[in-house]
Amino acid sequence: MAEARSLEERLPVHGMGMVGTPWWGMLCLFATEGILFAYLIFSYAYLGSQGYQSWPPTGGPPGLKLALPATILLVGSSFVLEWAKNRARAGRLVIARWALALGILMGIGFVGLSLEEWHDKPFALSTDSYSSIYFVLTGTHLAHVAIGLIALLVLLVWSLTGRVGAGHEQHRTLATLYWHFVDVVWLFVFATIYLSPRLA
Amino acid sequence: MSTSFDEAALASGDGSSRPVDPSPPLSPNPPDIAQRLEVAWGESPGLKGWFGSVDHKVIGIRYLFTAFLFLVVGGCEALVMRIQLARPDATVLTPEQYNQLFSMHGVTMIFLYALPILSGFSNFLWPLMLGSRDMAFPRLNALSYWLFLAAGIFLYLSFPFGAAPDGGWFAYVPNTASEFSPGLNIDVYCLGLIFLGISTTVGSANFVVTLLRMRAPGMSINRLPIIVWGTLTASVANLFAVPAVSLACLFLWFDRNLGTHFFEVSGGGQPLLWQHLFWIFGHPWVYAIVLPAMGMVSDALPVHCRRPLVGYTLVAMATVATMVVGFGVWLHHMFATGVPTLALSFFSAASFVIAIPSAVSVFAWIATIWTGRARITVPFLFFTSVILLFVIGGVSGVMTASLVLDWQLTDTYFIVAHLHYVLIGINLFAVVGAVYHWFPKMSGRMMDERLGRWVFGLMFIGFNLAFLPMHWLGLAGMPRRVWTYGADMGFSTTNMIVTIGAFLFAFGLLLFFINIWRGARAGRVAGPNPWDGPTLEWAIASPPPVYNFAVIPLVASRHPLWEDRLGDTDERSLFAEGFLLDQGKETLAVTPLDGEPDVILKMPGDSWLPFALSISLMPLFVGLLMHSVALAAIGALAALIILILWFAPHPATVQDEAVRVYG
Repeated sequence: MAEARSLEERLPVHGMGMVGTPWWGMLCLFATEGILFAYLIFSYAYLGSQGYQSWPPTGGPPGLKLALPATILLVGSSFVLEWAKNRARAGRLVIARWALALGILMGIGFVGLSLEEWHDKPFALSTDSYSSIYFVLTGTHLAHVAIGLIALLVLLVWSLTGRVGAGHEQHRTLATLYWHFVDVVWLFVFATIYLSPRLA
Repeated sequence: MSTSFDEAALASGDGSSRPVDPSPPLSPNPPDIAQRLEVAWGESPGLKGWFGSVDHKVIGIRYLFTAFLFLVVGGCEALVMRIQLARPDATVLTPEQYNQLFSMHGVTMIFLYALPILSGFSNFLWPLMLGSRDMAFPRLNALSYWLFLAAGIFLYLSFPFGAAPDGGWFAYVPNTASEFSPGLNIDVYCLGLIFLGISTTVGSANFVVTLLRMRAPGMSINRLPIIVWGTLTASVANLFAVPAVSLACLFLWFDRNLGTHFFEVSGGGQPLLWQHLFWIFGHPWVYAIVLPAMGMVSDALPVHCRRPLVGYTLVAMATVATMVVGFGVWLHHMFATGVPTLALSFFSAASFVIAIPSAVSVFAWIATIWTGRARITVPFLFFTSVILLFVIGGVSGVMTASLVLDWQLTDTYFIVAHLHYVLIGINLFAVVGAVYHWFPKMSGRMMDERLGRWVFGLMFIGFNLAFLPMHWLGLAGMPRRVWTYGADMGFSTTNMIVTIGAFLFAFGLLLFFINIWRGARAGRVAGPNPWDGPTLEWAIASPPPVYNFAVIPLVASRHPLWEDRLGDTDERSLFAEGFLLDQGKETLAVTPLDGEPDVILKMPGDSWLPFALSISLMPLFVGLLMHSVALAAIGALAALIILILWFAPHPATVQDEAVRVYG
């Protein structure tokens, strides 16, 4: 006679990392956001190759004085956040919170340097096609950094209030993973805006 | 081959009170377990249950209903245009009104009908066909629907103000630059498409992850129904294609409102960049709105031929191949724009090549009919007409892949004829056939076959009367998107025929909706498997219980319900025993390729969040449109708060759980 019964075997609930559904959702987000930046870089290349004789049209390749420290801060913050995640997994929640806070500060540093560079530019958004794509490409990336920062801040608050505890590895993993993604995208944006004009 | 199918009773319409398939569902639904699952899965009472439902079946039917509503609206726009064009030098519409009508007709049909209708079917069918209880992200699913509705309303709210988009569905610059198109019309278009793009993207991500995770054990990738292949391919393509048009719209909105120079020539902008970005999106999108429909034909037509689909593997692979090549043909929309010859040659060749994977399904369908024992039902009539219309639309497509012919034909009615043969032929005819086929599963009742034959006849004759002569009009030189023509041009008689055909076609559709309404009210009771279909959705009651499967089936072949009669494998799918998962609202996740049981997923219940998030985006987009920073900021802040609530961690975490089985 058919009946409902429990087996000895157990299955994980939700599961972590590649086994978890949110991890796959995050990959879909990366796919669609990644291709968005690919189209932005395509537009940069298209405007650069079809319009002016030299690209950028005036002033030569943008300087690295602010962009290089900003890049180092952003890439460094990824390592700090990875460390924070590992500490949390090992149960060292206090160190994890400090590391998370440090990562957030480095991210804020990146935003500050980027805004400073925007401020220093001799052109405005509406000057020409170069200024348009420059501000929209870096601006779209900056918006992603801002969203990542908000996610990390919320994570920090939840960690301090105990909302995110030992069983919420998924939340830490995904927030960190998103930050890594934003970080990798920056390397492409950096190569496009700062390095590619030096090759020509 | 034995069958429980009651052919005579089916033909007699809705006279009998006996179910077409009187047997109980193959998948057991024991009362005590059903009661427990009903508590866990049932909708909340009151408004929360209505606005907060995350049931994929409810969302699917909402998608279908709303998309059909937009079909009616877009169809009425077309009829008004056909009245204007029925006679030469008519003045029913002003040129500006005509511009808004043909633009909104295109935007409505392509964005608000063609994909959402397929999302509706896929939403309803996927978990049933895959043997699961829900989609991977139920709340995201609800969000996708509410955003679609909100974006549709956003686009249409502009109509009463005379500010509807008026630059064609592709909105070419510089015509749509602020210099030539002042007013809000094009801003509505740009923001509306970005708005809708969010809906498409989250919906697509949900399908992709659902395929990877949410299947019955044993549902390996070589056993997936073809509609799953079609929707999966379309969804992956959407993830990669939609950002192109969203970005193009963002650029255009910036050009128009912030004085940037993306397309604006004076500051080094490139008008052709718009066309590149638009068609990098646009062409894959064309396949996204036909591949799932072709999948429905591939799954449902064989049922009416009483044999499996011929060439399953080829059809599945061709579906994916069509899309891969589909990303490399966008330039054929730009043959007349002065692109270098080398690029033209490459894209012309790719456009010829794509005919090969596209045609695989056609031959598979013909072979299925030829070698099967066809039942001449209404779905069968619609599905076979898809073959004919697809061949006509496909041949005119191959013709325009040729550069020299395209230069002659582009921007004439020949192209209008071609795209309507493809889109109505493969999308709408497949969709109407699929409604007849799956309506019994959705409602538990049959649609009347006799009325259905009238629907088919009117739609088929009306369609061909309306669109076949357009080929001639195009060859004779009648241009697209022009509000009228002179009496001396020789277009008058043909245009009158086209208009008569369009009204016949519309009358057929009206009868179709009456057919649905009558079927839902008083159609004959269907029973679990009225068409004698082979796939999992027919193993449960019609309409399905809210949790779909009380006992998760164990799948052993591509046709779980036909294994005995096909006899091509010794293994048998198991329905009477399997995973039970009755400790709350939960379902099973499997490994992506092989479909091995992997983890137990606790599913979210009804939630206000998806509806609230869609509502909060309304002030954001209206604020951007009206240049009201305050309104936009309120919307953005509300969206942010809702998103934080969305991701808030569940306080209690469970690491693992004992496996509950039945049998």
